[in-house]
Amino acid sequence: MMKGYNTQLTPELQEIADRLGAVAKDAGLDIFDTVFELVDYKQLNEIAAYGGFPTRYPHWRWGMEYERLSKSYTYGLSIIYEMVINNDPCYAYLLRANDLVYQKTVIAHVYGHCDFFKNNYWFSKTNRKMLNQMANHATVVRKLVNEVGQDEIETFIDTCLSLENLIDIHSPFKTAPKARSTEDAMRPNDPPKLRSKNYMDKYVNPAEFMAQQQQKQVENAQKTQTFPSSPERDILKFLLDHAPMANWEKRILNMIRDESYYFAPQAQTKIMNEGWATYWHSKMMTQLAPLSGSEIVDYCDHYAGVVASQPGGLNPYKLGVELLRHVERRWDRGQFGLEYLHCDDPKVRAAWDTKAGLGKQKLFEIRKFHNDITFLDEFLDEDFCHQTKMFIYDFDRRNNEYVISSRDFKAIKKSLLSQLTNFGQPIMKVIDGNFKNRGELLISHLHEGTDLKHNTALETLKNLYRVWKRPVHVETIIEDVKRRISYDGTNHQIEKI
Amino acid sequence: MAMHMESDLNRFRKIVRGKVKKELRRFISSGDLIGRQGKKTVTIPLPRIDIPHFQFGSGEQGGVGQGEGEVGDSVGQGDPQPGQGEAGEGEGKHSLEVDVTLEELAQILGEELQLPNIENKGKKNIEDKQYKYTGVLRQGPESLKHFKRTYKEALKRAISTGSYDLDNPIIIPIKEDKRFRSYKVTNLPVANAVIVYMMDVSGSMGDEQKEIVRLTSFWLDTWLSTQYEGLERRYIIHDATAREVDQNTFYRTKESGGTLISSAYRLALKLIEDHYPASEWNIYLFHFSDGDNWSGNDTAECMKLLETTLLPASNLFCYGQVESRYGSGQFLRDLQKHFGENSNKITLAQIKDREAIVDAIKVFLGKGK
Repeated sequence: MMKGYNTQLTPELQEIADRLGAVAKDAGLDIFDTVFELVDYKQLNEIAAYGGFPTRYPHWRWGMEYERLSKSYTYGLSIIYEMVINNDPCYAYLLRANDLVYQKTVIAHVYGHCDFFKNNYWFSKTNRKMLNQMANHATVVRKLVNEVGQDEIETFIDTCLSLENLIDIHSPFKTAPKARSTEDAMRPNDPPKLRSKNYMDKYVNPAEFMAQQQQKQVENAQKTQTFPSSPERDILKFLLDHAPMANWEKRILNMIRDESYYFAPQAQTKIMNEGWATYWHSKMMTQLAPLSGSEIVDYCDHYAGVVASQPGGLNPYKLGVELLRHVERRWDRGQFGLEYLHCDDPKVRAAWDTKAGLGKQKLFEIRKFHNDITFLDEFLDEDFCHQTKMFIYDFDRRNNEYVISSRDFKAIKKSLLSQLTNFGQPIMKVIDGNFKNRGELLISHLHEGTDLKHNTALETLKNLYRVWKRPVHVETIIEDVKRRISYDGTNHQIEKI
Repeated sequence: MAMHMESDLNRFRKIVRGKVKKELRRFISSGDLIGRQGKKTVTIPLPRIDIPHFQFGSGEQGGVGQGEGEVGDSVGQGDPQPGQGEAGEGEGKHSLEVDVTLEELAQILGEELQLPNIENKGKKNIEDKQYKYTGVLRQGPESLKHFKRTYKEALKRAISTGSYDLDNPIIIPIKEDKRFRSYKVTNLPVANAVIVYMMDVSGSMGDEQKEIVRLTSFWLDTWLSTQYEGLERRYIIHDATAREVDQNTFYRTKESGGTLISSAYRLALKLIEDHYPASEWNIYLFHFSDGDNWSGNDTAECMKLLETTLLPASNLFCYGQVESRYGSGQFLRDLQKHFGENSNKITLAQIKDREAIVDAIKVFLGKGK
């Protein structure tokens, strides 16, 4: 299908893919039909630059990413072996230059991802025809470019992309709140009465007093009524509903929002998703469809690369697969339940084995219901933390280096979880769409210990202004002081509040 | 699945080009580009072109890692400290490095400063021929016979016809087996333009002054190389006496003592007379000094040299006066007096500081000569 040559698997690889597919199904994986395409590194870099979708809308950002990928490929800094996208059927791109052992491993890995996409709850609301959707987006953008002009469209896409992370990752799972008409909301409950015995009531709370009370209550309700009625996490939606935008602007913003929601679960489940795929490729290559003796060394070399860890970084493949194995071992040996949790003797704990054999079942349960945060919150325990030598590091300003600051389990877990909260993005909410009663927009940043990056926050505010077209404000904490950053179309202002 | 990466890439490159253009003045005066020269490209550090988000700062933030080590052990260096003097935004890690060819850079320079193309004064298209043995032919003179290839052909023939005898492996090539080297002729452009850089290295020229000269010359060089296929460069330094040096010495020498500008002019004249006949060559003369000539007599001598010999021979004579703490700057005034403020024959510029380099370049090259 692609320019130049056939991207179909060779018959040999097709046979391997079919066989591994059958093995995966026997092992309990439940996968979409998977279409493999064999591409060279240039095409793979292109596809990767497009975030997996060769059909995406035209934008300079892909070009930049492509240049970066090609450069790091040329210098041998990184090689992408495969790319797989969440779609039904699932599309997977394999690097033509991979040797046979790699191809097998990568195919098995792809099936792992594919199963995860299909069955993990957090992916359940994503569009499974995203490949088509992306192509539609591209068509729309091209059409708008013709109508409105390339520079305008590109600039506005930049503006929208700048706001793309202002979504509510949980909103796809929220059921719409029960329709409460505004009148409903404003109807007061019974007005407060003074306490009185029943027979005294009409004397203690005479009719005119009650009328007064009721009047007061209605006034209060009107006064406190805000817009939006409760803080709105899905800022993009709020903008779509309330910002004064031209039709084409709305279409683009809506499109960017769609794509954001599509990609959000991948950011939410990076550790699990990679861990799960790695778990299965390793299981298949070594147990279910074992490689031959001559292949296994190459495989191990590859595997070592996949789970290599650098001192300052956390490798999601490694953390994911090891934690999954840890859970599997625990549930196989019955290391769960109140009795186990209350056991303080490390010797007893280590030797604990009720032959429960529930590991596999537990793993499938995890892959169905968890995301990275809940997964780590529930299963990252002290034993695992020590076994895998986790630590937290901090920046030492004096020596301009990062140093290990603690190996304390609680601190590590806290740091890890906060790192993953809201897929690593700051939590922002629309507080007031009519701030100062002047139609200005007030957003609040829920500060959880880390400041916003200052210069990008200022730039983003400008972009927000471009959409809202009235002054915009964000409340946050900068260096321990509560402040409000404002942008009125020409100047930024930062004030203490 | 026709991808459109090329157009996205072009779009990105255009943006980069725009950035470079926008920041050109800064690049020119900061000297960031020089010394980063590869062969044909310069690597330009740009602030990362990125889409801003409400996001957490990446620098100086802790995190979770895995591996050996005691509490207090280092796990990695921080970002390089924001450079000295540079308007650092502390974005060390995230800079974008783009490779731009010198030609493209010159083009950007030309667009930004609206430099006219230069009219070639000397002979057009002087070219030299170069012979390169690149191919193999079936015919040719015995003296060019390619022994190995001929042997191979003969061996192939012998084996395929079955006449090859393992025990007596003698191969006798026949006419059809013979292979000969063949050459290709390529035309090599021959330089027909020369730049003579002259610089005052007397005690009053400090390091900063020389740096300014170096930056200016780099851009002059970059532009002129796009205008001529080949370009020769000669370097002359002078205090009270002049001598020719290589490029490296040119920028690094520090002499002390007086200044006799005529010495340099005389040497330049000799160079031209010996090597670069004015009828065939485009000659560019650039002289940089702080304008502190030793005596009025010598200045008069300079004027005479310029008027009678150097100016007629050259396309362009430029004098750039760098301001120094000690220099009086008299020479510029003398030149102005002699040739008039807006002389067509001579181009004068005063380079007060780095910021003024751009304007000097514009003055020097703006005439399209």
